[in-house]
Amino acid sequence: MTQLPSQTEKKLGLVIDLDTCVGCHACVVSCKGWNTENYGAPLSDQDPYGADPSGTFLNRVHSYEITPSEGAAQLIHFPKSCLHCEDAPCVTVCPTGASYKRLEDGIVLVNESSCIGCGLCAWACPYGAREMDQAEGVMKKCTLCVDRIYNENLPEEDRVPACVRTCPAGARHFGDLGDETSDVSKLVAERGGMDLMPEQGTKPVNKYLPPRPKDETFDVLAPFLEPVAAEPKGFLGWLDKTLERL
Amino acid sequence: MHPATSVILFTSLSGLGFGMLFWLGLGFPDVTGWSAFAFFAVAFALSVGGLLASTFHLGHPERFLKAFTQWRSSWLSREAVIAVCGLTVMGLYAAGAVFLGETFRVLGVIGAILSVLTVYATAMIYTQLKTVPRWNQATTPAIFLLLSVSGGALMTNQLWAALPLFIVAIAVQLLAWKRGDQALATSGTDIGTATGLGDRGTVRAFEPPHTGNNYLMREMVHVIGRKHAMKLRVIAIALLAAPLFLLFIPSPGHVIGAVAVLLHLAGVVTLRWLFFAEAEHVVGIYYGKR
Repeated sequence: MTQLPSQTEKKLGLVIDLDTCVGCHACVVSCKGWNTENYGAPLSDQDPYGADPSGTFLNRVHSYEITPSEGAAQLIHFPKSCLHCEDAPCVTVCPTGASYKRLEDGIVLVNESSCIGCGLCAWACPYGAREMDQAEGVMKKCTLCVDRIYNENLPEEDRVPACVRTCPAGARHFGDLGDETSDVSKLVAERGGMDLMPEQGTKPVNKYLPPRPKDETFDVLAPFLEPVAAEPKGFLGWLDKTLERL
Repeated sequence: MHPATSVILFTSLSGLGFGMLFWLGLGFPDVTGWSAFAFFAVAFALSVGGLLASTFHLGHPERFLKAFTQWRSSWLSREAVIAVCGLTVMGLYAAGAVFLGETFRVLGVIGAILSVLTVYATAMIYTQLKTVPRWNQATTPAIFLLLSVSGGALMTNQLWAALPLFIVAIAVQLLAWKRGDQALATSGTDIGTATGLGDRGTVRAFEPPHTGNNYLMREMVHVIGRKHAMKLRVIAIALLAAPLFLLFIPSPGHVIGAVAVLLHLAGVVTLRWLFFAEAEHVVGIYYGKR
């Protein structure tokens, strides 16, 4: 049913740390890998080795540059996937009931065998979280690795979304954002986690942790250290002086 | 937004067809027998043909029956339900008019209401999208309804209604452009809110996630068509206004009538093409585009 639940028992989601993300795209690759080999239609590629390759991805990493009014510009790597919104506009527009938000954990999913591939849910999403698979003709989106997080065949440490498990920087966190005592909720409270496009009224569950302010001085010890580069002596010293004179 | 041919044909043709059914249901003209057959054949060909065209862009058209289930929340589902109801009622009405020589007015009025409601539901599929600020305003259903009903009046030879409706349609379209051109800027969504980093300085999309294109960019960041948008606007309005002048010719006859209809249809198709091509989806902001 594409009517949204008024409340879900849990609000499972991701917390993405924009301060820590190094922009390595490992989460993109692991997401594509897991979701191609496991639940649902594989994430196809079109013309993968040709001149104009494109493909279905559930997670993509953008990079943005912030130029403050004073000081140096900063580069922010910005992973973006489904935010599992509480007021998910993609769910209510679905004509077939293929899109739904789960009552038990708030995950937004697509029942691929009911999807007619009309694409309206992708239009309704402000974040570009849904992509129509060109080979399968059905809508694909982040499942929060629903086939991992409850999967008792996997070792316990693997029961998190593939992107979280693989992130080498520890920039991605998974948990229940509806529970104020959870680690992710504490992290959001501590670091001032934010919503993307709050004015769209989607109430995203996923939160983004803003980059921390950069230190004014790069290294407090640096001014007290001896310079490493010394005046060249011997042949190099002669060469340096000779070239200087030319 | 990507101007898909199937969707442009669907909204233009079915809009015209349902506009015809609206007038026929109300008894303008109050026809029976062969004359009714001719009118209804054209109206059903346009409305049903348009609906069929809309299935061409689906990934899995064979599952279309499921699209009738979610009318509680989805405008697309409502459109499907209302369209089928309207076509059924008008089918019965048409059968009465053609085969029995009787026009059941109650049936006709219900059918007429369902016909305009179908067009309204079509328009609401686009209007409801907050992600496309240009569409997310009252002028969208207004222009869909006006184009449908004015075109229907032209097709059913109700010139007394067609002429003023054309003028109102053109006026509303001009208003829609005036507001639409500002819609994205005034929507409050920009790269600052999209990234949440706006209060830290000027944010610029530095690098996209990949060097090629993707579904999102093809579908929602259509920029090619906007180059000639201004010229196309003038052409569309000229086409839409042309029947106004043609119909001043005394006793126009079928040939001039057909020319007027074709000019009108060309105008509607051009407008519909612009409707999609000019619409900016907020996801483009993530790619530093609009």
